[in-house]
Amino acid sequence: MKVSYKWLQEFVDIDISPEDLADRLTLAGVAVEGVTKLGVGMEKVFTGRIEKIDPHPNADKLVVTSVNVGTEKLQIITAATNVREGDVIPVAVEGAKLASGLVIKRAKLRGVESRGMMCSGQELGIDPKTMPADQAVGIMILPPGTQLGRDAKEVLGLDDTILELDLTPNRGDCLSIIGVAREAAVLLGRPLRLPAPSFPELDESIEGQVRVDIEDTDLCRRFAGRLIKNARVGNSPLWMQQRLRSAGIRPISNIVDVTNYVMLELGQPMHAFDYNLLTDGHIIVRRAREGEKLVSLDGVQRDLTTEMLCITDPSGPVGIAGVMGGLATEVTNKTVSILLESAFFNPISIRRTSKALGLRSEASQRFEKGIDIGGCARAANRAAQLIAEMGAGEVVAGMVDNIPAKLADRVIQFRPSRAGYVLGADIPKSKVTGILTSLRFTVQDAGENLLVTVPSHRMDVSQEVDLIEEVARIHGYNQIPDTLTYGRSTRGIKTKEQSLTAQARDLLAGSGLHEVMTYSFINPKTFDQMNLAPDSAMRNALKIKNPLSEERSVMRTMLLPCLLEILARNYNRRVQNGAVFELGRVFIPRGENQQPEERTILAGAAMGRSPASWNQPAQDYDYFYLKGVLENLFSRTGAGAVNFLPETGDPSYHPGKTAYMEAGGTKIGVIGELHPDVLENYDLPARVVAFELDFDRLAEISGRPVVYSQLPKFPGIDRDIAILARKDIPAADILRVIQAAGGKLLREVSLFDVYQGEQVPEGMRSMAFALKFQAEDRTLTDAEAGEITGEIAGSLAAKFGAELRS
Amino acid sequence: MRAKLKELGEEARRALSQAESLEDLNGIRVRFLGKKGELTQILRGMGSLSAEERPLIGQVANEVRAAIEEELALKNTVLKEQVKQQKLKGEGIDVTLPGTPVPRGGKHPLTLVLEEIQNIFLGLGYSIADGPEVETDYYNFEALNLPKDHPARDMQDSFFISSEIVLRTQTSPVQVRTMEKTAPELPVKIIVPGKVYRRDDDATHSPMFNQVEGLAVDRRITFSDLKGTLGLFTREMFGPNTRTRFRPSYFPFTEPSAEVDISCVMCGGKGCRVCSHTGWLEILGSGMVHPRVLEVSGYNSEEVTGFAFGMGVERIAMLKYGIDDMRLLFENDLRFLQQF
Ligand SMILES: [Zn+2]
Repeated sequence: MKVSYKWLQEFVDIDISPEDLADRLTLAGVAVEGVTKLGVGMEKVFTGRIEKIDPHPNADKLVVTSVNVGTEKLQIITAATNVREGDVIPVAVEGAKLASGLVIKRAKLRGVESRGMMCSGQELGIDPKTMPADQAVGIMILPPGTQLGRDAKEVLGLDDTILELDLTPNRGDCLSIIGVAREAAVLLGRPLRLPAPSFPELDESIEGQVRVDIEDTDLCRRFAGRLIKNARVGNSPLWMQQRLRSAGIRPISNIVDVTNYVMLELGQPMHAFDYNLLTDGHIIVRRAREGEKLVSLDGVQRDLTTEMLCITDPSGPVGIAGVMGGLATEVTNKTVSILLESAFFNPISIRRTSKALGLRSEASQRFEKGIDIGGCARAANRAAQLIAEMGAGEVVAGMVDNIPAKLADRVIQFRPSRAGYVLGADIPKSKVTGILTSLRFTVQDAGENLLVTVPSHRMDVSQEVDLIEEVARIHGYNQIPDTLTYGRSTRGIKTKEQSLTAQARDLLAGSGLHEVMTYSFINPKTFDQMNLAPDSAMRNALKIKNPLSEERSVMRTMLLPCLLEILARNYNRRVQNGAVFELGRVFIPRGENQQPEERTILAGAAMGRSPASWNQPAQDYDYFYLKGVLENLFSRTGAGAVNFLPETGDPSYHPGKTAYMEAGGTKIGVIGELHPDVLENYDLPARVVAFELDFDRLAEISGRPVVYSQLPKFPGIDRDIAILARKDIPAADILRVIQAAGGKLLREVSLFDVYQGEQVPEGMRSMAFALKFQAEDRTLTDAEAGEITGEIAGSLAAKFGAELRS
Repeated sequence: MRAKLKELGEEARRALSQAESLEDLNGIRVRFLGKKGELTQILRGMGSLSAEERPLIGQVANEVRAAIEEELALKNTVLKEQVKQQKLKGEGIDVTLPGTPVPRGGKHPLTLVLEEIQNIFLGLGYSIADGPEVETDYYNFEALNLPKDHPARDMQDSFFISSEIVLRTQTSPVQVRTMEKTAPELPVKIIVPGKVYRRDDDATHSPMFNQVEGLAVDRRITFSDLKGTLGLFTREMFGPNTRTRFRPSYFPFTEPSAEVDISCVMCGGKGCRVCSHTGWLEILGSGMVHPRVLEVSGYNSEEVTGFAFGMGVERIAMLKYGIDDMRLLFENDLRFLQQF
């Protein structure tokens, strides 16, 4: 909401600057997000009348005009096409400055002297949206009677400052000048001047001419009306147009402008009907009937539903209550009699209707937040007064004011002790009374406590704690002391899973991977890109009903594609080496209208190689790199034994270079090179490795207690053996056999070389193991070590036909 | 003979003073003290001496030998040190060559900020809680005093899965879930980090972002406790000179509600581009838990009070690291991530 500083001053004397006022309002909860001074940098622009227009001797597109600026007549050349002789316009004379920084000089245009420039609204800093359509691009044309030679800043109300409010939804009461003035008055300790409209009335009475029946009293709780006769529809005066423009509203005609003016001033949306086009002057407020339609003011035919409240006459709907009027009963320049509507509609109903129709108007926004039901009649009178004052019509005596059921006053008990309990600061009862009274609450002393009646404009206040907030915000939040919580102390605890989360992130980051954070919603095409079978369960993903785009329209069931997208984006930007991981959730649907299962997944992916340095070659990011990272993770988190076993059936991965990870008999993840088809789908380089790990499962198996084992007391014996075995025999199997055959005395075994090629027969590979033998109670002899080595060799020969190489 | 011996001693001293290497030294040792050395040669002539003279000459000979040996040892130490120095001199490395790289990954800047926030509150006795990201309308809105058709629902444009299931727009539903589980026990002191979703996408809004919510519920928790706690937090997070300002605001689930500004971290409050020349940065939403929220969660709102607050992790990360476009945080360009 835009608020004119000058307009505010009609209702309260403000003796501080607009900027200071903005601060005071902001700190009281009426947030001002901008303060704009109008007409800044604008000088020497005056009102002038075009006396004469002649063709330019040397140019078809230009004309030579004579403009009377009060003290003299200036010859001005213009290319404008919307001006006529007799028009009053803003003229920037020699030496003038405009908001854009433009300085006007005497100039010759095609050989003819020009001593100024006629201005468009935009050149004066007026929003083109608030200009009449014909003046949105051309020269601004002022009313014919405008005095000549006056400073255009004053005439156009550009000597003002606009406060732009960013109101919270509860403060509908500040969607009006009077509402903001009320706050300002409280904060400045000044009286508020409420308008008390008075105006002459015709002898004839509204009685018998207008009848209002409210059928759906749950949705319309008040309907006040005023009848205007002998209307003269035309333009509104300049001062009114400026006021509307200052709030961002385009002037249309005097009658419509009055309704908008009253809405801005008092917060009461109004509507004007052409009275003669209403059947029998009879208004019936009711829900629309099945199949009823209405062409609204914007010329669109609207299908009404039985939930929408309508203003109707005996022949059908003439308006959608609180949202938009009907075209058929619109006020036009042929209108002579007008019925002004000032009503209170149910906020929820208005909200639903305007949402359903996609029509959010200034009026509906105010009704939705709840307007002042006590102010309907005053607003109708204020509109009548303005119409009378500007000679736009004459007011018929009396008003209709239909209130189906008088609302009970809202009375709330306020306990100062309770306020102290909630705020942690004692505000004396007298101060509370003062604050609430200035906010127009009625306060009655009731012993220790107060009985507070809520004024009708404060729809948002319904219980004691709301009053406590009112008192606190006017008292000043920053006047309340700072303390720390009283009472028992607590211990900040992380759960096991939370600690593991931090540890896993540290371990992976320490292993050279970068953590990424990606969106939880993905493109449904992802599942094709990941090579999933048409009937894959992973394709069953939660769909977002109102996604921002198709690319982010389903909730992910897998994390890996998000990482591949990141790698692809980096690769595309010529960052060709990198390893990333993410710890995030995936969402597995459970059924219609049910929350999904949310699983936490740890996934990683890498492409290219680690950076090479002058003393160390680059390391390929391959299966074994990632496997090493995970082995370290499992070991450091105390996850116990995790087996890596060949996985040939995952369609996203290379069938020969992939393993599933198994712990305690369950599968906890997958690791491997990605399938070439997937790489192609993502435009990734030839080798990308990845893993996906069920983090919840890791949390279950991790955290095994560390038990220290004694340091050896006796020296050990190292032996290396090399064996030749078929290459399809998994290394893990060979290791297992070595360990079994080595028994307790085999303390360590590690595979330090794998070779196939020259000197190794086709289909075979050579593997070299370093063995360490050690006894706990004695020094082993070479003979003993040789004996065990022999047993190991024998076992390998028996199990795998492997032979010892020498 | 005595003269001869003295002469020999002098000669050995001269030779030693000219020796330049350990080899020279060895030569000198052989020449004077060796089995066929000059001293031995002289001593061989001792047989011709008288019995009185023999011990005297023997003593002189021993003195000369001892002197030569001492000189030799001394010279040996000096030369050995010289050799060592020489060797070290030749062994230098270019200490300006880069060190051997260790794997250098890193945590996401949002994680770093999130962990910092968590640690401050863990130190204040808060535990970490979490809840589902796909929420029911009830927990995301209704239980938080936001019935259907409430205008405040417009404050957060939500993503819907169905009419009853939404992507949570705030971490606040975890407040209610946690209180339900805890009530009637007291106190509740939690922070809730997590992802939330709103239908916005531009330089300062992301459709998914991270929030940290805090909740303290007990007897006699006051608005002034809220002020004190958040003042402490902002000073820990943004530096000891950080000032806070509380502005009345509106959240359906708190009353009174407050927006918390901190003095601008860039200009210290003088006014700059980052703070739109106001000197203040909006950083937290907060308030006293609305009695209705306490009641639906199982507490008697007459006896029990509480405060709640929430902040956007992205905004804090952007301020902390001077990031001007929120989208950078989700693009995950490695050249960006490597900077943290
Ligand atoms: Zn600043």
